[in-house]
Amino acid sequence: MSGFGFDLLRLIAKRLGLGLITLFVVSLIIFLAVNLLPGDFAQEILGQGATEEAVAAIRRELGLDQPMVQRYLSWLGGALQGDFGTSFGNKRPVAELLGQRFLNTLFLAGVAAAIAVPLAVGLGVLAALYRNSVFDRVANVATLTSISSPEFFLAYILILFLAVVNPVFDSLSNVSPDLDFWTRLQRTMLPALTLTLVVTAHMMRMTRAAIINLLASPYIEMARLKGVSPARVIVHHALPNALAPIINVIALNLAYLITGVVVVEVVFVYPGVGQLFVDSVKIRDIPIVQACCLIFAATYILLNLTADVLSILSNPRLRHPK
Amino acid sequence: MSEAELLVTVRGLRIEGRSEDRWNEIVHGIDLDLHRGEVLGLIGESGAGKSTIGLACMGFTRDGCRITDGTIEFDGIDLRNISPARRRRILGRRIAYVAQSAAASFNPAHKIIDQHTEGPMIHHVMSVAESRADAIELYRRLRLPDPEHIGFRYPHQVSGGQLQRAMTAMAMSCRPDMIIFDEPTTALDVTTQIEVLAAIRDIVEQYNTAAIYITHDLAVVAQMADRIKVLLRGDEVEEADTRTMLAHPREEYTKSLWAVRTFAPPPKPPAPPTEVPVISVQNVSASYGAAPVLFDVSFDIHKGRTVAVVGESGSGKSTVARCITGLLPPTKGQILHNGTPLPPDYRKRSRDQLRQAQMIYQMADTALNPKVRISEILGRPVQFYTGLRGAERRRRVEALLEQIEMEPSEFYNRFPPELSGGQKQRIGIARALAAEPEFIICDEVTSALDQLVAEGILKLLDRLQRELGLAYMFITHDLATVRSIADEVVVMKNGEVVEAGPKPEMFTPPHHPYTDLLLSSVPEMDPDWLTNLLKQRGVENIGDAASARM
Repeated sequence: MSGFGFDLLRLIAKRLGLGLITLFVVSLIIFLAVNLLPGDFAQEILGQGATEEAVAAIRRELGLDQPMVQRYLSWLGGALQGDFGTSFGNKRPVAELLGQRFLNTLFLAGVAAAIAVPLAVGLGVLAALYRNSVFDRVANVATLTSISSPEFFLAYILILFLAVVNPVFDSLSNVSPDLDFWTRLQRTMLPALTLTLVVTAHMMRMTRAAIINLLASPYIEMARLKGVSPARVIVHHALPNALAPIINVIALNLAYLITGVVVVEVVFVYPGVGQLFVDSVKIRDIPIVQACCLIFAATYILLNLTADVLSILSNPRLRHPK
Repeated sequence: MSEAELLVTVRGLRIEGRSEDRWNEIVHGIDLDLHRGEVLGLIGESGAGKSTIGLACMGFTRDGCRITDGTIEFDGIDLRNISPARRRRILGRRIAYVAQSAAASFNPAHKIIDQHTEGPMIHHVMSVAESRADAIELYRRLRLPDPEHIGFRYPHQVSGGQLQRAMTAMAMSCRPDMIIFDEPTTALDVTTQIEVLAAIRDIVEQYNTAAIYITHDLAVVAQMADRIKVLLRGDEVEEADTRTMLAHPREEYTKSLWAVRTFAPPPKPPAPPTEVPVISVQNVSASYGAAPVLFDVSFDIHKGRTVAVVGESGSGKSTVARCITGLLPPTKGQILHNGTPLPPDYRKRSRDQLRQAQMIYQMADTALNPKVRISEILGRPVQFYTGLRGAERRRRVEALLEQIEMEPSEFYNRFPPELSGGQKQRIGIARALAAEPEFIICDEVTSALDQLVAEGILKLLDRLQRELGLAYMFITHDLATVRSIADEVVVMKNGEVVEAGPKPEMFTPPHHPYTDLLLSSVPEMDPDWLTNLLKQRGVENIGDAASARM
């Protein structure tokens, strides 16, 4: 057992190291991509009629006249120490601007995940249990419809039914840190539901497929021949062996909840990272755009790492070696 | 037996199976009776419908099968027409099942004992604690090592023979009236098989449980069954009590089953002592990662001769083959080909060196790409090794098909799934021949085949050897095969060569004790064979054999 613990730690360390390398490569790509965007901050705020001198003056002030390599190194050096620079727009530190918004986004993602993951896995298990029945088809069609519709469309439909016709939730998610939990939850509900509709289908279909994939296994037949009920066959015998693919698809969707929320946040005017991201791209506020991208990348890498480790832990062969 | 109460009555059972979107009848009106405490052997080759009938006696059909006609009555209950919920109350509780591969039939996610106690728990026969205590008692009776703790391991932590006994214990957990044994020892080594057979027989006798014992191995069924029913393609051939059936089979088909294992090609003259062997394995040791698996193995294979490498699973037979082909470079020693050393790693070998050593695999099913036509399966190695193209390549492929006695015009454009098991194995042989090798490794090539088909394959290999002067290394655990085709025998155990020599010497006493154990473990057609053997060895001896392999 101790050998296994050691192996697991070594594995985690290895994945973390790989994650850091990936993050470094991503930072390079982000920096290059952002700098290749047409136009820059100086031109954007001064407009078409700006004089050459005025643009150059602002560039000098922001350090945009420095060579690219030097700018990258100083950005990376700062980021490593937790200093993402200052916003071009309002001269406030990026970390301060992002901090609260990132927490808001995490809160939204957390609420959405708390609804979507149990819902998706539960629906997937039921769909596998009643496969090819009316329930299975309805669940499949419904989740596919919701994943195929544009997010803003889903958002407006939810607003129509849950904020306008039946005013249960607020259509504007005006949250701030001083709100109490329940008010905050109530204001977050509509964007969270929209996100739930977007991510449920994928997770549900994977749960269903992973379970059905196992139903031809001899040990499932054995369970049936022991007189085990269909529900217990699925939940007790199939599900524990189907966890690895399910965990992976959940991780992928959780990452999406954090990085893919841009449109939803804009629709509900939710003060999260996505909102800030879109606003910053518009005015070429490079330090914020870069910091956002880096946070998104780190989220992806961390969640995938977690999924890897959890899938390994779900395998008794690896958990209990001979 | 006749005075015992009738437990199962099956009349006119017809079952259809679905293939290629059509329902075909695979069981054509079978009758079956089983009394309390009686063991009925169902025997036949693959496709006989043995398992399908066995499962039908539980009122169960696999996906893609359906019962179309007949009655299945178990202790007065009509199993065909009861609700699924009522059937579940009988399954596991009153009728239990022991599957062929315990390794696949235990759920990898749960401990063995938790799977054992599940039945008694859901059927409310015992509490979990009582059932645990009972499991340990059953493990002890089945002579599992460390019965107190073995159940608390996961299935992958326990050997195949032990798992098979744990599964028998699990079937016993609710003290059923009847158990269906579906080829429970087919996947085991001969020495392990004896332990499992003895354990099953004891426990069935102790609890007076009725059983249906399904197998394709006559000698095994002779030890286990009171009565035998012979099946052929879903029809009953004949039924009689075991001794009558063995002594006086009535039907021609039964006699032909009894008479297989008779193939005995004429012996070959010994190789001249000065001849350089085609392949010479010299002091080879190898390891998987840090774990050593092969220790100082040496033997020679001469032109036109067959060396059989025998041993139980884990003895290192296949590892030697991996060393010879260069898939696993040895840590010590070398492989000589016609006197010159071969590079240890196959990637360093020239195309000509690769051409010389070919392989035929156990599972022709998985060794052939199902989506590729026969013309391509054979044409590719022809082109790769001999450089023939176009019409010449086609002629060569057709010649190969003729060599393996398959009509080229019929099979050239077929896909592997359209072929029978024996035909697939023939294609495997032709693929090895396509390289025009001097030496072929046959890795358990007949163990997945029915006996009649296997004999055809052995005959073909023998003919090819005589025509082409091929050298064979025959990896097998089946001593009957060794007896019929080997010239030399190498016995391996735990990665070492225990004994080696010409076949006649190996099969005449005195033997090395391990060779003796192997030889005496091969079941014989005599119904008293197991009883006598166990008496001869003593029960402790079997326990020793089990712990020796731990």
